[in-house]
Amino acid sequence: MNKKNIFKRKTLPALAMAGPVSLWMILFVALPMLYIIYISFMSRGVFGDVVYKFSLESYGTLLDSTYFKVIVKSINAALKTTVLCLLIGYPFAYYIAKKPKEVASRLIMLIMIPFWTNSLMRLNSWLLLFQTSGPVNQFLQSTGFINAPMSFVYTDGLVMVGMITTMLPFAVLPMYSSIEKLSKSLLEASADLGASRRTTFFRITLPLTFPGIFSSIILVFIPSLGIYTVTDMLGGGKVLYIGNIIKNQFGAIRNWPLGAALSVLLIVITGMLIYIYTRFAKIEDMEVV
Amino acid sequence: MSDSVVTSIMSDSIVSLIDVEKSFGNNKVVKKMNIEIKEGEFITLLGPSGCGKTTTLRMIAGFEEASCGIIKVQGLSVEDKEPFERDVNTVFQNYALFPHMTVFDNIAYGLKIRKKPKDEITKRVNEMLDLVQLKGYEDRKPDALSGGQKQRVAIARALINNPKVLLLDEPLGALDLKLRKQMQVELKRLQKKLGITFVYVTHDQEEALTMSDRIAVMNEGVIEQLATPREIYNKPLTKFVAGFIGDSNIFDGEVTSSSDGILDVKTLAGTMKVKGNGFNVGESIHVSIRPEYIKVSADPVEGFNLKGIIKDFTYMGTVVKTSVDLKDNTEIKYSRFEKDEDFKEGDSINIYWNPDRAVAIKALK
Repeated sequence: MNKKNIFKRKTLPALAMAGPVSLWMILFVALPMLYIIYISFMSRGVFGDVVYKFSLESYGTLLDSTYFKVIVKSINAALKTTVLCLLIGYPFAYYIAKKPKEVASRLIMLIMIPFWTNSLMRLNSWLLLFQTSGPVNQFLQSTGFINAPMSFVYTDGLVMVGMITTMLPFAVLPMYSSIEKLSKSLLEASADLGASRRTTFFRITLPLTFPGIFSSIILVFIPSLGIYTVTDMLGGGKVLYIGNIIKNQFGAIRNWPLGAALSVLLIVITGMLIYIYTRFAKIEDMEVV
Repeated sequence: MSDSVVTSIMSDSIVSLIDVEKSFGNNKVVKKMNIEIKEGEFITLLGPSGCGKTTTLRMIAGFEEASCGIIKVQGLSVEDKEPFERDVNTVFQNYALFPHMTVFDNIAYGLKIRKKPKDEITKRVNEMLDLVQLKGYEDRKPDALSGGQKQRVAIARALINNPKVLLLDEPLGALDLKLRKQMQVELKRLQKKLGITFVYVTHDQEEALTMSDRIAVMNEGVIEQLATPREIYNKPLTKFVAGFIGDSNIFDGEVTSSSDGILDVKTLAGTMKVKGNGFNVGESIHVSIRPEYIKVSADPVEGFNLKGIIKDFTYMGTVVKTSVDLKDNTEIKYSRFEKDEDFKEGDSINIYWNPDRAVAIKALK
């Protein structure tokens, strides 16, 4: 068989199928990312332009205590969001998974509705609910819990609430699918051999649904770390997270190299997590029969 | 006298089901079930799918709650006991091995739960591995085992707790024929060696006949007959049992006369003779005859008027089956070790048998 034939039979169809996507990814993901990495090593001009001169200044600034604090705070908030999403999401996923199929799909719909709702609308409604003269404050005052209205808006607390509600679907869905896959006969076998419900949960259910839990961690932690809509709106610019700073550096402040360096930091953290995930998934390739 | 008989039965039986019923919604899958399972016996619940046999087993294990009735294990009601509190263990149909544990950890599970000392666990697991001939496989994950090996692990895992009763839910269903036959023999040997009561669920009548001390043939939630394999095969009590166990030709008819325990029966296909007591003239009856007991002749035989035309011969390996069309358009089959050279397809023949070999079954009203 000659080379031309092979090209026709194998290479062309492959190119036709994977080509457009690859081209798209190269043009709109890989190249911009490389550009971001590139300018993170450049310096800032007087008028907020990028001066193409090698400099590690931006990375040095990251270690500056103000920025460093925000980074730590962001990681902390993302961790908290992840942990809380898991703690709320796992029991909920478990509950759905044990329901009959039709009920389960309706419950999942409930989880998905806020996810499909426009985030501006959703976040603004949080603001309205929690503002000084909002229903939450009115309720608390009328029941006598508090005397004066509390300031919920633009606090870390409300940001956390917003993060959790935004991220919860990403936590529930992977865990649901792995709990749902778990064969009932394994739980029965465990009970049959003398294990209480608690023991069965910790020895069988939890380890076998770990892939789902880990997917949830990845899916919640990574976006939480870089999220800026929630922090921007519910934090009102008063509470700063990495996402807001990146947005500000590229926007109002016009320090692209610093914004780029912060972005690179996020990419590195994400990359590390995904690397751990793939390694981990290989070892614990647990197919529940 | 009768009291002492009752107590001796009570102390003999390790599992008792008394008027046990189970409904799922409006669907009653087990109806008024009564069975006494004796210590050390191999009892099989046999029946088609949906007959309630697995549900019965699951009620004994504690995975399903009986809708009413009493289940006793070792004379004590287990109604309030969770599965993990019952002295019975189960071998599941799909093995249900824990995929994230090695063979060793799977087998050791029951002992680890009970927080036994490590050296005792190791010792017991090794004994079990010996018992099921899986030495050297302890570090494998279930994924790396064949169906037969998984089955052995499942058995070892269930036996390590020294259960009084081992419940087996179609344990050989997923294995190929040859392996299944081999495992049948092994299971039976194992049961004899350990002296544990086996309650075995299967839809495979041959498996039930080979392995069991007693068989409970179930149909639509009811035990149709509970007896030894020989009795089930030779003296089926109901039409269902006659049809389900082995091959049978079953005729529906009416008793026309009765003398010396031999009945004359009239059916749509013709008249025939069958041994039977306690039947009245005019009563509806089923007559069951095994293919191997059917005789054929070119000339009419006294007492029989069953004519048919040979349809075809089917070579089955050990036997040749001959299908015969009867005049009421039903078909019967008879088997021979060798093909009948006296007749060929399309021949008209008379069918008869030794009335002792046929079974008379009361027709249900």
